Amino acid sequence: MSTLRFALADGMTIAKRNAIKIKRAPDLLGGVVILPIVFVLLFAYVFGSMIDLPGLSYREYMIPGIFVQTIVMSAQITGYTLTLDLQKGIFDRFRTLPMAPSAVLTGQTLSDLITNLTSIVVMALVGLAVGWRIHTSPHEAVLGFVLLLLFAYAFSWVTAAVALALRKPEVFNNLATIVSMPLVFLSNAFVDSARLPGPLRAVAEWNPVSTIIQAARELFGNTGSAMPVPDAWPLQNAVTASLLWSALLLIVFVPLSTRLYKRAVSQ
Amino acid sequence: MPPAITAEGLVKKYGDTVALDGMDLSVPEGTVFGLLGPNGAGKTTTVRILTTLLRPDAGRAAVAGFDVVADADRLRAHIGVSGQYAAVDDHLTGAENLEMVGRLYHLGAKRSRRRARELLERFDLTDAADRPVQGYSGGMRRRLDLAGALVADPPVLFLDEPTTGLDPRARTTLWDVVAELVAGGTTVLLTTQYLEEADRLAETIAVVDHGRVIALGTADQLKDRIGGDRIQVTVESAVDLETVRRTLAPLAIGDVQTDAVASQVTIPVVNGAAALTAALGRLAAEGVVVRDAGLRRPTLDEVFLTLTGHHTVEHTKESVR
Repeated sequence: MSTLRFALADGMTIAKRNAIKIKRAPDLLGGVVILPIVFVLLFAYVFGSMIDLPGLSYREYMIPGIFVQTIVMSAQITGYTLTLDLQKGIFDRFRTLPMAPSAVLTGQTLSDLITNLTSIVVMALVGLAVGWRIHTSPHEAVLGFVLLLLFAYAFSWVTAAVALALRKPEVFNNLATIVSMPLVFLSNAFVDSARLPGPLRAVAEWNPVSTIIQAARELFGNTGSAMPVPDAWPLQNAVTASLLWSALLLIVFVPLSTRLYKRAVSQ
Repeated sequence: MPPAITAEGLVKKYGDTVALDGMDLSVPEGTVFGLLGPNGAGKTTTVRILTTLLRPDAGRAAVAGFDVVADADRLRAHIGVSGQYAAVDDHLTGAENLEMVGRLYHLGAKRSRRRARELLERFDLTDAADRPVQGYSGGMRRRLDLAGALVADPPVLFLDEPTTGLDPRARTTLWDVVAELVAGGTTVLLTTQYLEEADRLAETIAVVDHGRVIALGTADQLKDRIGGDRIQVTVESAVDLETVRRTLAPLAIGDVQTDAVASQVTIPVVNGAAALTAALGRLAAEGVVVRDAGLRRPTLDEVFLTLTGHHTVEHTKESVR
């Protein structure tokens, strides 16, 4: 068998292991299924009932934001499990096996992709139940979901890099919360970023999370004149900018995570 | 036949701490080699270098003919490792754990499954095979970890303190498995803190201290160097201790130790069984009432005291790695 086939097979073996773990661990499964449901219902009813927009359902406007919020928040769980694995001996075992060294991370990100797909399907169904609608053509809608998954996959590598750099589960958890909250809330997920004060507005407009959310809104047709698109390049060209962001994250964080993995396990 | 494991002048430092300070080893194929030493002596660091987990700062080593640094990738297909801390996945069942290891050795799905079942049976884990490891006892985890090291039937096996945390029955099972493997041609390097275990399993024992081999030989050779066996006599009344000391002193080949609290006298001897018979005869002639008398192996601490002039205890403060 060739090296590449080994690498793929090993990645699948690790992905299968992670999938079994998620199935067995209630806390992980909660992150994949329960958390997304809670997010959609909570935000849709609490905020969605309070705010009225002329010509646009705020609930519909919000749902793509919740998709991306869930992707960012649940990435914390996979990063956390990676730091837990590091503390146990299991990576030592992996490193003494004739497996492809890349398999641990490709397997991890592959299983993340599956869980993200599950979360997004769950959220879309719950969203449809509470009044979210897709107003575009089927192929635009599919592109919307693909774009979300691509960003989720790229973001997995970011989380992996951070987890492998920090290594300690508690340290990772603290930092992840401190970073992911502003990443989600300093965006256009729930508010019109144009109405934020100067510096915050600049941050929100150039925040990759805003870009992905804007792209998803456009591709699902959850936009309206009540929430005009701010005059910032990444938001004006959201689909292109989303692809660029995802590509950039992958180009930077795939090699970085791989290097950090080697460093983390050769102590 | 070339040795299965060789190491020349291995050095590994962690900051100011020198974990390995010129470690040399040579293990012939199909034999069991024991690394004996206290915590912090460098045993685990040696195993981590030989199993490609760590790069040495200096020196070189080869296992099964592959350099541990340059040929690390190819070497991994030829070794099995069981560490001090069970490297098993809590959420997976015992069978799933072993199957995963089989897949990662590229045995294929069917062979991995069959091998997993065989090993579970061999290590008495059949009943727990389909339960998540989370619910396993410490000893069961160690056994599963050990089984993981054997999945690919590797020609060279590394066992880092394999019996730590095992109950006596599991320990005997492990000893039997090692004996079986070696009979089949496997080379085994094991580390241990127990002279008894090294004695039982290893043909050659290297005593390790401060990251270096300080004594090398068969168990018998080492025991001769450090004064062979010990006769331990416990008397009914502590007033007899001095009599015992005086009576048995001619048999001793080293310092006689008297423990007043335990009413016990320990005498290093050669030809243990014969010396014990002689000792009991002499004590009977003196009319001393003996509560208990027996022969025992020197402890690791005694080995260290003899070889290095210091006890093992001071090592335990150092890093475990």
